[in-house]
Amino acid sequence: MRINIILNGRNIQAETAPDELLIDFVRKQGALSVKRGCETSNCGLCTVFLEDKPVLSCSVLAVRADGKRVTTLEGLKEEAEQFGAFIADQGAEQCGFCNPGFVMNALALFRENPDPDEEEIREYLAGNLCRCSGYEGQLRGIQAYLRWKKEAAAGRDTPPDKK
Amino acid sequence: MKTVGKPVRKKDAMQLLTGQPLYTDDIAPRDCLIVKLLRSPHASAVIRSIRRDIALKVPGIEAIYTWEDIPQDQRRFTLAGQTYPEPSPYDRLLLDRRVRYVGDPVAIVAGADERCVERALSLIKVEYEVQEPVLDFRKALDNPILVHPEENWESLCPVGADNRRNLCAHDESSHGDIEKVLSECDLVLDRVYHTKACQQTMMETFRTFCTLDAYGRLNVVSSTQIVFHCRRIIANALNIPKSMVRVSKPRIGGGFGAKQTSVCEIYPAFVTWKTKKPSKIIFTREESMTASTPRHEMEMHVRLGAMRDGRIRGIDLHTLSNTGAYGEHGPTTVGLSGHKSIPLYGKAEAFRFVSDVVYTNVMSAGAYRGYGATQGLFAVESAVNELAAQLHRDPFSVREQNMVREGDVMPAYYGQVNTSCALDRCLARVREMIGWEEKYPARDMGNGRVRGVGMGMAMQGSGISGVDVGSAALKLGEDGYYNLIIGAADMGTGCDTILAQIAAEVLDCGVEDIVVFGADTDASPYDSGSYASSTTYVTGKAVETCAVKLRRQICRLGARLLGCGEDETEFDGKYVRRISGEAKDGQGERAPQEKAAGSQRPDPCRRVSLQEIAAASMCGNEIPLQETVTHSSPISPPPFMVGAAEVEVDMQTGRTQVVNYAAVVDCGTPINPNLARVQAEGGIVQGIGMVLTENVTRDEKGRVLENSLMQYKIPTRLDVGSIRVEFENSYEKAGPFGAKSIGEVVINTPLPAITDAICNATGLRFRELPVLPEQIAMGLYTV
Repeated sequence: MRINIILNGRNIQAETAPDELLIDFVRKQGALSVKRGCETSNCGLCTVFLEDKPVLSCSVLAVRADGKRVTTLEGLKEEAEQFGAFIADQGAEQCGFCNPGFVMNALALFRENPDPDEEEIREYLAGNLCRCSGYEGQLRGIQAYLRWKKEAAAGRDTPPDKK
Repeated sequence: MKTVGKPVRKKDAMQLLTGQPLYTDDIAPRDCLIVKLLRSPHASAVIRSIRRDIALKVPGIEAIYTWEDIPQDQRRFTLAGQTYPEPSPYDRLLLDRRVRYVGDPVAIVAGADERCVERALSLIKVEYEVQEPVLDFRKALDNPILVHPEENWESLCPVGADNRRNLCAHDESSHGDIEKVLSECDLVLDRVYHTKACQQTMMETFRTFCTLDAYGRLNVVSSTQIVFHCRRIIANALNIPKSMVRVSKPRIGGGFGAKQTSVCEIYPAFVTWKTKKPSKIIFTREESMTASTPRHEMEMHVRLGAMRDGRIRGIDLHTLSNTGAYGEHGPTTVGLSGHKSIPLYGKAEAFRFVSDVVYTNVMSAGAYRGYGATQGLFAVESAVNELAAQLHRDPFSVREQNMVREGDVMPAYYGQVNTSCALDRCLARVREMIGWEEKYPARDMGNGRVRGVGMGMAMQGSGISGVDVGSAALKLGEDGYYNLIIGAADMGTGCDTILAQIAAEVLDCGVEDIVVFGADTDASPYDSGSYASSTTYVTGKAVETCAVKLRRQICRLGARLLGCGEDETEFDGKYVRRISGEAKDGQGERAPQEKAAGSQRPDPCRRVSLQEIAAASMCGNEIPLQETVTHSSPISPPPFMVGAAEVEVDMQTGRTQVVNYAAVVDCGTPINPNLARVQAEGGIVQGIGMVLTENVTRDEKGRVLENSLMQYKIPTRLDVGSIRVEFENSYEKAGPFGAKSIGEVVINTPLPAITDAICNATGLRFRELPVLPEQIAMGLYTV
C-alpha cells in the first residue's frame, strides 16, 4: 500500500506494508539518525516527532503516519546543533547511539516546558536510556543550555561555541 | 601543558549529536543479504537431523547452512579477542552438531529481506536428541555430563583446563603461609558472595556487514573493539588465510567489553565468503541478551583474617567462575577477581587465591568492564566492610590502617611495585564529599524511610603487562596537519580525541590539526585493541613516542632546508628554526629564542614553516615525515578509586534508591577531564544497576528470563540519584604524561558500597546481587 507523509518538510509517497513500523519506513527514506535499541519500546532511541509530538517510531505503524508530518533529527539540524554543543561540552554524547532519540526528546521537552527544573528533566527523559554517560553529563549539558537560553532571552547573548 | 589535561570536545561529538549516519547499519550496502540464525531451544542436545529443503523454497532465500556444511573435525576456535597464545580454549565450530545452551546457533539463513528469512527460519525442521544439561555451576566440576566431550577440544595455554572435568581453567597462587597466619588471627571472617551474568547492554546491539573487495578478499565492517583479533577469529572460523580478511570498524554504539568477543562476525563472513554477495547481521536485543557474552557469574569464598586492632593479616580467596557453554575469556577474567582485589590490602602477610572456571550449559560469558575485578572486589571489599562492622570500627579507618600505598610491593599483583597511588587522598576526600561524619551509619528520615551510607575501594590495571601492544602511526600532511593512524577502537569513550590530545601536546599543535583514523586491519598499525583499560596507557604511550620521533624527522628536513645540522634546529609546532650557538648552549633553550623571534623580523634563512616542510617533503625528498611506533608495557599500573553511597530504603516496600554517590578516582593524569568524568559517572551507574536492578534468572530448561530491556532493567535517569566525581591525581612515569587507565576501575565501587549502605540502613546483609526490593521487604518482615 502507498502512503503519503511529510518527512522533514518533504512530501514523500512510498510503498509500505501493513505491518511495517515507522522506524523502518523512515530509515528506508534515508532518515538514518533514527536508531533501534530494543524491540520492546523501552529505550527511547527511535524517538521521532509525529505532528510535533514525540513518539517511539518502533511502536507506530508507518500507515499511522499517512498524511501526517514526521520529523527526525535530520529535520532539526539547527536546533540539534545548538543544543548538542552543550552536550558535547560535557563529553556526554559518548558512543552517540542514543543521541538522536535523546536530543529529539530533549527538544520536545524544551518546546513543552521552556524552563524545566531538574526533576522535570529527569522525569521527561526517563524513557531515554543511555548506557555510557550515567546521565549526569547529559543533565549538566541540558542545564547549561537552559542557562544560555535564559541569558540570550535577557539580551546577554553569548553564542554557543561551534568548534 | 596546552592540550593534555584540557576538557576538549570529542572530535566526533557534533557528528554524533546531529545523528549522522556513521554506524555499521547506516553504512551497510542496501542490497545486503539479511543473515539470521536459527537457535537451539535446548540447553544440551545433539542434532539428529535437520531439513532445510522446504525453507529453501521460500522466495528470496539465498542459502541455508547447517552443521553438515562445516567439517566437524576441523580445528576449533574461540571468539574471544585475545593476544597470542590465546588463553581461551578452542572449543567452537561455526556450526556444531552438538548444541550447548538455549540460543546456540543451529543454522544460518541468508535471504533478500527480513521477512523471507524469518519465514525460512520457521520452516527448518530440526530433530534433536535432547540431553540432560549441566545448569548449576556449583555442580559442574567433575560432573559425569560433559559440556565438551569432543576430541578436538583444545587448550592452547597452560591454564589448567580439562574438558573431561568441565574445567575451563584452574589456577593457584599464594604468598606466605596463609593457614598459619589465619590460625594466628583474632578473627577470621568466612563469607561467600555471588554475582550474576550481567549484560553490558550497550545501546547498539552486535552487528556486522561483509562484502568482497577488488581482490576477492573478505571485507568485514563490524561494531568491534578488536579489529585485529577479529581478523584472526574469522580466518580461523572459515578456515581461510588471514590475508584474505580485512576488518574495520566505523563508529561503535558502545562496547563495554561485549565487543571484545566476535559474537556475530563469523556468520555474515561465512555467508559472503560462500555466496560472494554482501551480507549483514543485526542482532535483536533479545539475541544480545540471550546469546552473547555477559559477565562471568562468580561465587567467591573469602576468608579474611584480622587482629582485634583492625590489622588485616591474611586473605584467602576461592573463586568459582561460570564460563557457560564456551570458554571465551574464562581463564583470564577469573584471575582479576583475586589479583585486582587482594593487593588493595598490601600489608597482609599472606594471601592465597585459588580459582576454578567451569563449563555449564548456559550462554557463554565474556568480557565486561571490570573483567572479574568487579566480582572479586565485591567479595573482598564487602568482607572488609563486614570486618569493620564486627570490630565496631569505621570502614574508612580500617582502610586507612590497611590499604596499599605508593611504593609498596604488591605480592598479589605479580610482585609489582605500586608506582603511582593517591588512594589515601581519594579515601580522605570521599569521606568529606559524602558527609560520612554526619551520615554514618544511618539516619531515620522519619517518614518510613531510612538512609544508610556505605563505601568501597577499587583498583584495576592499565593494560595487560607484557602482553598488550599499542601502536600509532603519524604523518605530516600537506598543509602542515597530521594524520594519526591507530588500531585502537574508539567505542564512544573518546580515545580518538584523547590520543589526538597526546599527539598535539608533543607536536605543539591544536587537537584540530590531528586527523585520526582507526581502526582497519589493512591500514592501521597493529594494536591488540581497545580493552583491558589499555588504550590511554599503552596506545597513548605509543602515540607520545611516535610524535617525539616525528618531531625529529620534521627537524631533519627543516635542517636540510635551512642548510644546517639537525642539532642546530628547534621546532615550535609552526616553524623549524635555526638556533644560534648561545641560545643552544643556554639552559632556557626554547623560550628566549621564541622571544627573539617575536621581537625581530623573521629571517627566512633562519626559519622554515611546517607548511613549507610539508611541501618540500613531497618533492625530491627522501626523509620520511612519517613514523610508526609500537609500545608494550612490562607493568600495568593500577588506577585506584574510592566510592561511597548514600541510599534511601523504604522500610515498608524495600524500595531502595541511591540518593548520593561520591567517588574520587586516581587515574594518574586525566588526559581529558570531561571524558574521564563521564567514564566514571557511566561506570558508577552500571555498577548501581548490578546492585539494584539487573537480574539474571533462568527457567528449569536453562532459558534466560531477562531477555529484553523490559525485564532486564538497566538504570534510567530516575534511578541513579546524584553522582559526584572528583580526581586525585598521582603521576605514573610509565604512562603518557603521567596517565593511567580509567575505563574499568569505575564500575567496581558501587557493589560493596551500596550493599553496605543497605546493611547500615536495614541491618540486612546481602551477599548475592542484585538486591531487589522484595528481598529487602521480606528480610525486614522476617526480622
